[in-house]
Amino acid sequence: MAKTLFQKVWEAHTVRQLPNGQTQLFIGTHLIHEVTSPQAFGMLRDLGLKVKYPQRTFATVDHIVPTNELKEPYSDPIAQEMIEALRKNTKDFGIRFFDTNTGTQGIVHMVGPEQGITQPGTTIACGDSHTATHGAFGAIAFGIGTTQVRDVLATQTLALSALKVRRIEVNGQLSPGVYAKDVILHIIRVLGVNGGIGYAYEYAGTTFDGFSLEERMTVCNMSIEGGARCGYVNPDQKTFDYIKGKPYAPKAADWDAAVARWASFASDAGCRYDDVVKFNAAEIRPTVTWGITPGQAIFIDEKMPALETLNAADRATAEDAYKHMKLAPDTAIKGTKVDVCFLGSCTNGRISDLREVAKYLKGRKVSPNVKAIVVPGSQLTAIQAVHEGLDKIYIEAGFEWRGAGCSMCLAMNPDKLVGDQLCASSSNRNFKGRQGSQTGRTILMSPLMVAAAAITGQVTDAREVFTV
Amino acid sequence: MSLAKVTQVKGLALAVPGDDIDTDRIIPARFLRCVTFDGLGEHAFRDERTGPDGLERPHPMNSAQAARIAAAKQGVMVVGFNFGCGSSREHAPQSLWRFGFTAFVGGSFAEIFFGNSTTLGVPCLTLSKDDLAECDAFVRANPEVELTVDVQNLVVTAGAKSWKASIAASARDGLINGKWDPIADLLEGAPAVDQTAGTLAYVVGK
Repeated sequence: MAKTLFQKVWEAHTVRQLPNGQTQLFIGTHLIHEVTSPQAFGMLRDLGLKVKYPQRTFATVDHIVPTNELKEPYSDPIAQEMIEALRKNTKDFGIRFFDTNTGTQGIVHMVGPEQGITQPGTTIACGDSHTATHGAFGAIAFGIGTTQVRDVLATQTLALSALKVRRIEVNGQLSPGVYAKDVILHIIRVLGVNGGIGYAYEYAGTTFDGFSLEERMTVCNMSIEGGARCGYVNPDQKTFDYIKGKPYAPKAADWDAAVARWASFASDAGCRYDDVVKFNAAEIRPTVTWGITPGQAIFIDEKMPALETLNAADRATAEDAYKHMKLAPDTAIKGTKVDVCFLGSCTNGRISDLREVAKYLKGRKVSPNVKAIVVPGSQLTAIQAVHEGLDKIYIEAGFEWRGAGCSMCLAMNPDKLVGDQLCASSSNRNFKGRQGSQTGRTILMSPLMVAAAAITGQVTDAREVFTV
Repeated sequence: MSLAKVTQVKGLALAVPGDDIDTDRIIPARFLRCVTFDGLGEHAFRDERTGPDGLERPHPMNSAQAARIAAAKQGVMVVGFNFGCGSSREHAPQSLWRFGFTAFVGGSFAEIFFGNSTTLGVPCLTLSKDDLAECDAFVRANPEVELTVDVQNLVVTAGAKSWKASIAASARDGLINGKWDPIADLLEGAPAVDQTAGTLAYVVGK
């Protein structure tokens, strides 16, 4: 019988059925970080349990690390305490830790792929909702809570119920200046922020076939913003090429068998989906959010919605959004003044993002009214960017070049908005208060749109600022 | 590990209106700067409850009703649709539970929040849109009437009113049988886990 990748991976990792009807699912790869793991280790100690497969858990620090201090102890004692706690926990339980002084630390969803830990046909869990990022490789990757982090540490399994699968097909060529970020923002706008509840999203179609692994990661990353706990792209030659030679990739003698195995997990032709939705790539334009959920989005050249055009439920959220954002319904968003520009995050902090923007940034200057920061998602990305001289291009243009981490995506470190500053951000969430100030305002967009906003000091169509 | 059977939760109810209330709003990220869940209760909905000027804002969590629930360490939060969306932080249900909420009734719940709550033994029951509107209105008009969230029989009642409710069968099963924390079952499967591990090339190191 023809099966989806989701079904095949699920079956291969099913341990047994639990008394409550859920599946005890083997989690092959567990990723942890400093924010959602300390309580889990605490529970483990309270219960007197060990880590069952320490070699299948990998740790790094990302949320809390300051991006403007390179030496420890950090001036933030809580950050220091949280990092020390993870150092101790990983040491006590024999877990590999990509620490700050190794040149390999970074956002957990970047470290997995960079190290070749993220592989097709595997199950991955992490106490972070953006874990679906790893689905770009054809893995089934779940964001989990802290008690579930404990479950994986103690048993290498989770109690889960199978998801339905919605195939989201995007076909055709994106126009110049339109990126993977615009694709996922558009998908969420159309399907809604809760449209994915109960589903895994399978992203497919010729647009995804043409995407690099990094572009696929950008899309899979934001699956949860559409309500889908996991999202994936079927593995292909590009996937295998990306993994080859990475530290944790299968070695030469095992390589061919691994590739054959990985390829066998791809969804079969003629398999049944619970739902299929299709998009035409040519119709997608640069997309920006205007509200307080990632689904409140428009094309840059559209007006923000008039309240009377929305249904009653959406209208209440929209009214709240307009009030918070200090924006007016039925007006253009283009031209809105911007205070801060943030280029980074597990959505758009990869080397391809930094390269793409740098290509257009040469010879341009950040507006004097804008604070612009660029935060490579990982140390390996930062090292590569410096090697290519990208840091100089950003600094020359007036960006602050920072160390690796989550930074202003969620502002658990000192990178925060102040008061009601408005931030043009390449990150994934525009929730109220998300960027560290309760009155702060976030507009999500692609990295090149962030650069255009930095240069003009306002929300801008990047296609009018750069020759794309 | 023996756990209490959660067949029903009875307590005063608080309506917190709005759809798509995300976990950043329930517990802002700065309160995640900690290595335990202790003390999170007092910060639930902090930035909705307190303005940038440090003064209290009008919010259901600042009401006398909320204070009664906090004192009783028992109560029901009545919410909208897609409650708990966004971040996977367990700190969100932990903060509401530590505040005093022992059940949620809503239109729908984000999946990770739902799992995090039920694993704490805190049921999340879903009502139809019309029933939720009626329940919400009743709770506001009759703050002194206790709500009964019956997990066993899948019904929410208040005084003479009752509404048919639903919850994922597996979560209901875990709650009413005192197995809402799956760790004991998962540990019991250890021999089968090793067997599965042995069939996975990437786990055995290939």
